Amino acid sequence: MEKFTTIQTSAVPLNMEDVDTDQIIPARFLKATTRDGFGDNLFRDWRFNADHSLKEDFVLNNKNYTGKILVVGKNFGCGSSREHAAWAIHDYGFKVVVSSFFADIFRNNALNNGLLPVVVSPAFLQKIFTAIENNNAAVFKIDLENQEIEIVATQEKASFDINPYKKTCLLNGYDDIDYLLSMKDKIQAFEIQH
Amino acid sequence: MATTLFDKIWDAHIVQAIENGPQVIYIDKHFIHEVTTPQAFAGLDSKGIKVFRPQQTVATADHNVPTQNQLEPIKEALSRKQVETLIENCKNHDIELYGLGHPFQGIVHVIGPELGITQPGITIVCGDSHTSTHGAFGAIAFGIGTSEVEQVLATQCILQTKPKKMRINVDGILGKGVTSKDIILYIISKISTSGGTGYFVEYAGSAIRSLSMEARMTICNMSIEMGARGGIIAPDEITFAYLKDKKFSAENFEERVDKWKQLKTDEDAVFDREYHFDAADIEPMITYGTNPAMGIKISDTIPNNDDAGLEKALQYMDFQKGQTLIGKTIDYVFLGSCTNSRMEDLRLFCSLIQGKQKAENVTVWIVPGSKQVEKQAIAEGLDKILKDAGMALREPGCSACLGMNEDKIPAGKYCVSTSNRNFEGRQGQGARTLLASPLMAAAAALTGKITDVRSLM
Ligand code: SF4
Repeated sequence: MEKFTTIQTSAVPLNMEDVDTDQIIPARFLKATTRDGFGDNLFRDWRFNADHSLKEDFVLNNKNYTGKILVVGKNFGCGSSREHAAWAIHDYGFKVVVSSFFADIFRNNALNNGLLPVVVSPAFLQKIFTAIENNNAAVFKIDLENQEIEIVATQEKASFDINPYKKTCLLNGYDDIDYLLSMKDKIQAFEIQH
Repeated sequence: MATTLFDKIWDAHIVQAIENGPQVIYIDKHFIHEVTTPQAFAGLDSKGIKVFRPQQTVATADHNVPTQNQLEPIKEALSRKQVETLIENCKNHDIELYGLGHPFQGIVHVIGPELGITQPGITIVCGDSHTSTHGAFGAIAFGIGTSEVEQVLATQCILQTKPKKMRINVDGILGKGVTSKDIILYIISKISTSGGTGYFVEYAGSAIRSLSMEARMTICNMSIEMGARGGIIAPDEITFAYLKDKKFSAENFEERVDKWKQLKTDEDAVFDREYHFDAADIEPMITYGTNPAMGIKISDTIPNNDDAGLEKALQYMDFQKGQTLIGKTIDYVFLGSCTNSRMEDLRLFCSLIQGKQKAENVTVWIVPGSKQVEKQAIAEGLDKILKDAGMALREPGCSACLGMNEDKIPAGKYCVSTSNRNFEGRQGQGARTLLASPLMAAAAALTGKITDVRSLM
């Protein structure tokens, strides 16, 4: 996994609640046997018409919005456990997803792929949406070390929670599997006892 | 200290607790299927690691498989490749595969229980959110992502933060035409698609206790639809009777039962959150929108408020606020999915259609959850009942539950479906899904319209 460092970038606002993983990446695009290329089909049916032309009014197709942060409404990533959803968002170029609330499995999947889920209060989320509304190019700073998100123009800040273990993993680019593999003796001992 | 059933099983599976971090949880059984595993096996292979405990993993092919002429090569190249990749990975890693053509093949969450692999007190994971189904047996079962599948394959363990605990009590007696599917759709409509997020749910109360194992599975299956990691029901005599003669649970049965009898929540155990519902308040349910919480009692009307999500959903479904759904013409009926594709579901459906004809305007797909269900249905003559009604019993798979295999609902068409998700495009691009019970699906198949099943009983 690549290391996560502080980033400062503009953001893409998707102001919708309960966005499920079937929207993030529809099932018919889950047939790959590698992790690559899912970004092409991110939000496929919201981004493209049936004839593959772009849906102009969908925010990812709006050239005014760019950046490595996706800002979304609450309960983002509900539904299917498909990790392909996190892969698609990351592959498309996002490094951070900000919401007031994430579905559990999606949050785990994101963390396992170097995609940082940042949870802020509903009020702060609204401030972020407003900042982008006022200025499409509004810049935000995400500082993982200090667990802080900042609206750079107004210097308004909010802190966010992250499990200390997961934070260490992200900052250093560690994978859970390396940790678990280092535990093999303990696991074997557990098996004998049970 | 008084503890919950969930605590007891969870705590007994902690290999190690990381300070300020998640816990290393030991996984007893791991189910895998073709969609969420290729990248996990590729990860192992790239690290040169073999599967740690291959006998604790069982594989099947379900998501991509056709439900007609199953033994012919899968037409779509990418689907075929995924299934072939699974076969190869299972071979390379000595994993038992109940693939196409095997008498145990079927939807992963249907075959685990019917083979007796799913048992009380164990931990189960699968790269699939509806792994929650297995909680009906008093197991801790939950869905995981592909990175976690790789971890389990490599170490039989996973890193998890212990969820909070919720109990949902349903007491009383269910009314006519009300099934366990209606109970769970009702609960989700009350507590929303995110109401269970962060929690593991125990279902309790007299109405839950009265349910068969198959009906309990339907409830636990949809726990994820309210955001919960999983659902669990304490095992009891009904559970033991179900497992008594199953392939992998029959051995040393009495000994097992003695252990299983200990598995219950202590009387004064405390939950982080608790709900109480009255079974008598539940009616046959149906969804009108694009998430499973957008459901109403069949006698109710679509809500009338200014919620942006509601407006977007109604636009997609082409429904109006305040409208009744009764009488609305539909195009498809799908009986299937890991929610409702077991014997009891087929029997319920057939009990209503026996001796009648399906409506001309509807296409009906009846998809058994497994080869064993298919075989039993034929043994009971259900295939003939269906045939006489103008319908056919297909072969097992996820089918029209998700738009991934050949069975897709066309754009704009309405489908009354016994599956678990009505998200936009879930059953095919532009498809409009109305979630309901097998009985409500049967009523729709007969009339070609959304119908209160009680009017036909
Ligand atoms: S039947 Fe549907 S919900 Fe169940 S495992 Fe298959 S695709 Fe998932």
